[in-house]
Amino acid sequence: MRVAVPALRLRARLARVPRGSIFRLALLYVLLLAGSVGILLGFIYWSTAGYMDRQTTETIEAEIRGLAEQYRRRGLVGLTALISERVASDPVGASVYLLVDERFERVVGNLDRWPSESPDANGWIRFRLREWGTDHTDEHEARAQVFLLRSGLMLLVGRDIRDLEATRYLILDALTWGLAITLALALAGAWLMSATLTRRLDAINQTSREIMEGDLTRRIPLSGSGDDFDRLADGLNRMLERIEALMASVRQVSDNIAHDLRTPLTRLRNKLELLAAALAGSSESRLLAEEAIADAEELLATFNALLRIARLESGSRRAAFGPVDLVPLIEDLVELYEPLAAERDQRLDWTAGASSIVVEGDRDLLFQVMANLVDNAIKYTQPGGHIQLAVDSADGLARVLVADDGPGIAPEFREQVFRRFFRVDDSRATPGSGLGLSLVQAVVALHRAHIELSDNEPGLRVSLSFGRSPQ
Amino acid sequence: MHILLVEDDPQMADYLRKALIEAGAVVDRAADGREGLLMAAGSDYDVLILDRMLPGLDGLAIVRTLRASGNRTPVLFLSALGDVDDRVEGLRAGGDDYLIKPFAFSELQARVEALLRRGAAEAPETRLRVGDLEMDLLKREVTRAGQSIQLQPREFRLLECLMRHAGRVVTRTMLLEQVWDYHFDPQTNVIDVHISRLRGKIDKDFDPPLLQTVRGAGYRLQAG
Repeated sequence: MRVAVPALRLRARLARVPRGSIFRLALLYVLLLAGSVGILLGFIYWSTAGYMDRQTTETIEAEIRGLAEQYRRRGLVGLTALISERVASDPVGASVYLLVDERFERVVGNLDRWPSESPDANGWIRFRLREWGTDHTDEHEARAQVFLLRSGLMLLVGRDIRDLEATRYLILDALTWGLAITLALALAGAWLMSATLTRRLDAINQTSREIMEGDLTRRIPLSGSGDDFDRLADGLNRMLERIEALMASVRQVSDNIAHDLRTPLTRLRNKLELLAAALAGSSESRLLAEEAIADAEELLATFNALLRIARLESGSRRAAFGPVDLVPLIEDLVELYEPLAAERDQRLDWTAGASSIVVEGDRDLLFQVMANLVDNAIKYTQPGGHIQLAVDSADGLARVLVADDGPGIAPEFREQVFRRFFRVDDSRATPGSGLGLSLVQAVVALHRAHIELSDNEPGLRVSLSFGRSPQ
Repeated sequence: MHILLVEDDPQMADYLRKALIEAGAVVDRAADGREGLLMAAGSDYDVLILDRMLPGLDGLAIVRTLRASGNRTPVLFLSALGDVDDRVEGLRAGGDDYLIKPFAFSELQARVEALLRRGAAEAPETRLRVGDLEMDLLKREVTRAGQSIQLQPREFRLLECLMRHAGRVVTRTMLLEQVWDYHFDPQTNVIDVHISRLRGKIDKDFDPPLLQTVRGAGYRLQAG
């Protein structure tokens, strides 16, 4: 009943973007997917770029095996001859050889000087290769293994890995882009998926809201695809059907009880009326009979009020709904109640924010609601008090305000006053059935309106807000 | 005054018949819908009092059938169904008034009398008169013993309603319905304050008092 109206509209706006746990779930899915794709791409990188690396290593090792064989068989002379031969047969310089003496002076090879970088524990070394003799100097990377020969000479055998590196970067680039595109697609997919799911869930939420507002005949629409949501909706619909049937039978029972009790009560009342008429003018017995009639009438009135609230709360009865202009309604109400207030020296004012404020509703029930509120205000406000009514419209909502400067209602009672038979005043010193505000709430709910009690400082402020009638 | 009462509850029917006869009416009674429809169609009644829920054929169906065959006899519905919806339904079906059970007999009596008057084709009146109280409906003027009385528009309508029913009881609910045109249940007798204001204007300085309170029923405007 006390949902603030701006919050409602904000929620309606938010309903269009996916939110809540579904979106979080979708994001989790994106993260998982990104992780899996990352691992997959890592494996691809390892098996391509890594393969090329291993290939280079094997080539170098095979070359070394060849050179070592030659060195063992023909000594240093054979080794230098073979290196020279290989350098000559490889004009591109894809293979790198360098044989140096103890002073790092070149003996043979296609490298001008020993690299300054130091090799790792297995004798592998990575260094920058500078090409000379061409019109521009060009640096690129090479990988090599170094050895110390028995004669104190040092040998370096390696390969220019410029092309390899270029290919590696190409692969890395492609994989990075692949990951980025996958992530983007997954995010878009997650958004779409959660938007779809949210839409389906919103349909369920919308229906449950309408049901909470009293329209128990509403059912969740099925998409017809027979998917999980349809099965869920179907299950909920079956549950609703069961609840509706149960409520109908409960209502039937309570209606029957009320009817069955009302009939003898009515007869009792009628007989008392005949009795009172039969008794002489103003005898004591006649007065007693008249008091008994009044008691029976009070009982019946309470019964009727309870039945009426129950029927209103069942919420499906809107046959008498139509456009109702609240301005003349308030005007009539003030005109009707002004003498009553004047009798208690109270001032009853009203203002309207427009000349006509139309809502969709039941004119008599709306009048009943306002009458109950004004009647309460007059009843509970001290003589000489001030009661104000206001009706205005803003943001597509019609608002009615009933404010007094009486004792007000303590915050802890503001929810409870709508309960049947609840009285703030426990002594029950003021007349009334304790059903007036229950009826107000039932009518307000029937109109899908909102009621809020607040402090008028001092006094009570009751505000009702209605959706405007579509003009 | 010839009344047909269609009511299935024998005790209720008995009570109503007794009370109506006492009030000077001739009452026929039918216990179910079919019998009620046959009787209503068969002879000329001044008013039909129909229970909404009847065995055989319900009150709504009876009225629809009668209206469809051109029968315009005023119909008063009695019903335990007290919702505005039920009321609207009853009146849409062709009923003229709707009374919710339980009701005081005086309420029923007042409404039956009002229906009887409505049944007798009412010539448009321009002046109403009760004793020395006169109302000019065209000039919207009220005088008593020749002296002009200033009334607010609503007081004028209230007095007009009482004068049109002069000599008969008008209940508070009837006043709310006819003068204020709202069907609702006031928790306080708001009407009483309006009546006492009106009384202050038309009765205070004059003799004899015309506007009487009828205990347990309502008000009556009567000369002498």
